[in-house]
Amino acid sequence: MNESLLINITLAVLFLPLIGFTFTVLSGGKIKKAFTFEVFISSITLILSVFLLYAKISAFVEKDILFSFSWINFGILPKWGELNIKLGIKLDNITVIMAFVVTLISFLVHIFSVEYMKGDKRYNRYFAYLGIFTFSMLGIVFTDNILGMYIFWELVGLSSYLLIGFWFEKKSASDAGKKAFIVNRIGDIGMFAGILILFFTYHTFNFNEIFEQMSAGKIPFNSDFWMTLTGILIFMGAIGKSAQFPLHVWLPDAMEGPTPVSALIHAATMVAAGVYLSVRIFVMLTADTMLVIAIIGAITSFIAATIALTQNDIKKVLAYSTVSQLGYMIMAVGVGAYAFAFFHLVTHAFFKACLFLGSGSVIHSMHHEQDIQNMGGLRKKMPLTYISFLVSTLAISGVPFTSGFLSKDGILAGTLAFGKLTGHWLIPIAAFTVALMTAFYMFRLVILTFHGEPRDVHKFEHAHESPKLMVIPLIVLSLLSLFIFYTPNPVSPDQGWFLSEWIKTPSQVVPENSRFDFLINSAGEQTNHGKIIHSVEYTETLHSVHYPALFLSLILGGLGILIAFVIYQWKKINPDAITAKIKPLYLFSLNKWYIDELYDKTFIAGTLLVSRLSAWFDTNLVDGIVNGSAYVIKSFSNIVGWFDKYIIDGFVNFTAFLSGFLGIGLRRLQTGKVQTYIILVIVSAIILFVFFRPF
Amino acid sequence: MEVGLNHFLFISAALFSAGIYAIVSRKNAIMVLMGVELILNAANINFVAFSRYGNFGLDGQIYGLFVIILAAAEAAIALAIVLNLYKTFANINVDEIDNLKE
Repeated sequence: MNESLLINITLAVLFLPLIGFTFTVLSGGKIKKAFTFEVFISSITLILSVFLLYAKISAFVEKDILFSFSWINFGILPKWGELNIKLGIKLDNITVIMAFVVTLISFLVHIFSVEYMKGDKRYNRYFAYLGIFTFSMLGIVFTDNILGMYIFWELVGLSSYLLIGFWFEKKSASDAGKKAFIVNRIGDIGMFAGILILFFTYHTFNFNEIFEQMSAGKIPFNSDFWMTLTGILIFMGAIGKSAQFPLHVWLPDAMEGPTPVSALIHAATMVAAGVYLSVRIFVMLTADTMLVIAIIGAITSFIAATIALTQNDIKKVLAYSTVSQLGYMIMAVGVGAYAFAFFHLVTHAFFKACLFLGSGSVIHSMHHEQDIQNMGGLRKKMPLTYISFLVSTLAISGVPFTSGFLSKDGILAGTLAFGKLTGHWLIPIAAFTVALMTAFYMFRLVILTFHGEPRDVHKFEHAHESPKLMVIPLIVLSLLSLFIFYTPNPVSPDQGWFLSEWIKTPSQVVPENSRFDFLINSAGEQTNHGKIIHSVEYTETLHSVHYPALFLSLILGGLGILIAFVIYQWKKINPDAITAKIKPLYLFSLNKWYIDELYDKTFIAGTLLVSRLSAWFDTNLVDGIVNGSAYVIKSFSNIVGWFDKYIIDGFVNFTAFLSGFLGIGLRRLQTGKVQTYIILVIVSAIILFVFFRPF
Repeated sequence: MEVGLNHFLFISAALFSAGIYAIVSRKNAIMVLMGVELILNAANINFVAFSRYGNFGLDGQIYGLFVIILAAAEAAIALAIVLNLYKTFANINVDEIDNLKE
């Protein structure tokens, strides 16, 4: 086992999906079974990344494996020094875990799609798109520099756009694709500006080199403000990609894409890229940046959870729950719960992929019915789908013995500690409220879909359990939502290998005076192979809030589940009566806080207004000037033309006319008769004689 | 009344005018030629008259003789032309011969 072998395997994992994409997209029109190659490639990628995970964890658990090559070498530039732009790979534990998550879910989605997409007229193209997506996502995971990350960042944006608008005959789907692309671009502008600031300051894109120089005390423009701004700008990329408020509006619309795509891209992997980026740049976040991140995460998760309460489209509920959970992860980064942010990313990827694939299974068997008002009772028809869906729902609701319980609890404890240390109590309050709402709306979804009596009997009778190829991914993913894969102790992740061995919170590199107090290391806290974690104060606080957070989250989760059962299962309370009482709040939630309408009225209407003004300016002023000058020139030409026609031509014509007239007159003299000529001679002689007579 | 130079000049002018008139008004080409002869002879009268009344010796008379010889030659050529005219047009009426117009 040596490093170069790992590098080669990494390159294989990265480029195999690209080969699959190229082959499928080139031959898809000719070869009907081209998609099988893509599925095969994705299974190979999965095997290799499992091997990569195993090898990295077993042999190099403490060591990052780096590989880079010179991409563009500018040599020595004036006023700049040597400029050699390198691209490369950085393998740390987070990378290989993330690569495993991506390839596993990608593989399962491939299998699921074989059945789900059967009969689609662009079947092969669909798999090709999955290939290009897997390639780009793995690019984000493996890259060791922020420029490479930006390149792959845009590539996942592209594949997301292609897959959301996969059924582009539907106007709503093509609109949703465009919306996702444009909204993401807004975040990416900030990220790009941040990258430029970093490059301008450190003359490199490489994460490690940037962080080394930063820990040596070099910060952009020697100002904490710029340091904070850079962090926020780069975080803007995560706001766009991870659908954080105020750019979260694209993700619910992205549900127009095929459901397996929603599972892969818009629930498990691509939207987590923003969290992954935040984790990558965690060490360069100042206290202010982290506060901004935490607040945005809290706002996002709160808004999305309130919206999810009232949605009736099965995929919309899941979409808003995804936004809400992403908000959780972002909030975790903001409050310094680095490890739990990533932990929740992984657990959420599995259970949310399972939920989405489960909803795909339901939609498939209900013949593309997505409204949960028309479902119910499906438990009996689709037992396997129901069980896996239920397990994942338990996980997302934070019920013990599931993975979601561990990661969510960690985040809740983190927010509580943060509140206690900094006094920002609103963040933990939002987090716990969201925990309550999550449990409620997820069980509302399960009960309305699977429990009770069927509300659309006709569709119910045609419903059936999905084929094996669709059920197997569900079972695999629901198994991965159990605690046993992460820690031996079902109530505390601290003893689990996942947290204690593999993922360690790195020490921050920003100057100490712009860090949170609890992230400043004091002497003698060296733990875990030279990597310094938090201060004693923080560790103690975290420890002290661990059990309160645990019980509080259990109580709130249980309460949410209980309310859902009381209202929808046992029907003790009529939901319509409640909504009638709080009608404005209900409508506010049902209409998604009117955020889309607000954007329609402000940004979109504003853009249109500016466009119309520009169009008016263009048609009336610019065109007016052009037309005016044309008119002036035309009039002048008319004058010149008139002058030419009547004066110059008149003169010429007059000459011709005169000659002709004279000719007509003089022609009579030319009689051909000799005697006439003689007379003329005589007359002329006489005239000459008279005029020139000498006397 | 004594005959003087003016009388001769007067006769000569009359003769010249008659010649001109003949050239211009006659239709027959022969008659035109005769008009030409009249003009030549009018010139001869002038020569001789100036020679007699002027102080020129016999120069005028000699010029007169030349003119007579010239007139004879001219008549020969002109009559040949008239013959050719007749051959070509079957006609010697100068009014009707207007090919020069073209």
